[in-house]
Amino acid sequence: MPGLEIPTWDPETALLIGTILLEAVILYVGYGVLERLVGPHLMEFLVGGGSNA
Amino acid sequence: MLDTLTGIVGGSPEMLALFVGFGLVVGLLFGFFGMGGSFLVTPALLMLDYPASVAVGSGMAFVFGTAVIATLKHHDLGQVDYKLGVIMIAGTTVGIEAGRASVFYLEDLGLADGIISVVYVFLLGGIGLMITREALNGDDDGGIDHGAVDTDLSEYEIPEVAKRIQETVRIPPMVTLRGDVRVSAWVITAVAFSTGLLSGFLGVGGGFIRMPAMIYAIGVPTPVAVGTDLFEIVFSGGIGSYLYGQSGGVDLSIVAPLLFGSALGARIGSAATAIVDSDDIKIYFGGMLLAGSVAVGIGEIGTYLGSVLLETIGLFLVIGAAVVVAGAIVFTTLRSLRATRRQTTVTAD
Repeated sequence: MPGLEIPTWDPETALLIGTILLEAVILYVGYGVLERLVGPHLMEFLVGGGSNA
Repeated sequence: MLDTLTGIVGGSPEMLALFVGFGLVVGLLFGFFGMGGSFLVTPALLMLDYPASVAVGSGMAFVFGTAVIATLKHHDLGQVDYKLGVIMIAGTTVGIEAGRASVFYLEDLGLADGIISVVYVFLLGGIGLMITREALNGDDDGGIDHGAVDTDLSEYEIPEVAKRIQETVRIPPMVTLRGDVRVSAWVITAVAFSTGLLSGFLGVGGGFIRMPAMIYAIGVPTPVAVGTDLFEIVFSGGIGSYLYGQSGGVDLSIVAPLLFGSALGARIGSAATAIVDSDDIKIYFGGMLLAGSVAVGIGEIGTYLGSVLLETIGLFLVIGAAVVVAGAIVFTTLRSLRATRRQTTVTAD
């Protein structure tokens, strides 16, 4: 196919994409912990508690 | 502290707040509808005067990060067909590369911004019209039906179109997928290439096209389509981001704050699906896509005429439409929760 390019190894780009991957995993875990800690209090404040959200 | 943070992401505090806030809105839409929010990012970046390759590359890197977060969740639910995913990845990879090469070719000709915007206008407008029409008619085919996701795989009925394709196209090798679906590997490859082409060209995950394609062309059950699509976006988005990154098209100062907001928004959106029926909000979603297409069109006319006012109106329409729908989701969710709470209190009394 014209213009088709095979990806070549580039440590700088790999580090960039790795940083995004790492940020995603940290955010998933971090917000999960935050949800468990703050979630019930936040729901209590917003709807008066007793929810399953 | 704020100076250090803005220094890392390389922007002003205002831009940082804008990206985190927009990420939150996009994540909320993605978490609630299971698709659709991410393709607002590239037109917004184009309107903020980022070069086409940076807008598309950063949009794709953002989709990659969001898909990683969503896949981690769906993996636990067992909604991923890895065989289908691997074939889709192969076809999509070639499609993305062809799409990416087209963007750089058009950029050399000085046509990239205009053509990408025009394709967006038609794509957003077309899908927006379809979803709005279905929502008004009360059909269930637009977006993700949360009820269908909870249905057992054995109870799933293959759509007529998919049955016809499975019976007509029987070119070997044939592949058996989850839910006892038997289909030619060539059908899967064709779907993968076409959606990959759009994905690479527009810098989107392609889920809003691939998901219906997997359901209606390949015939896989909706929950498997959702899970496999997310699994595939991790790879296609990763490869696409890598290729754009090699050409300097991925800007971490855009992706990092967007992802910071979207990860939180996706959690809120996912939680809202357990409370609100998506049909209630589908009409807003269709309207948002239509407003997005009008906004990109206005922005392009503004660029053509050299009118800053029109470009600004376009930008505010894109962001405003997404904010209104995200706000509607949060408002409806809180209203439902308060109603449930009041009912529980009355019953207890």
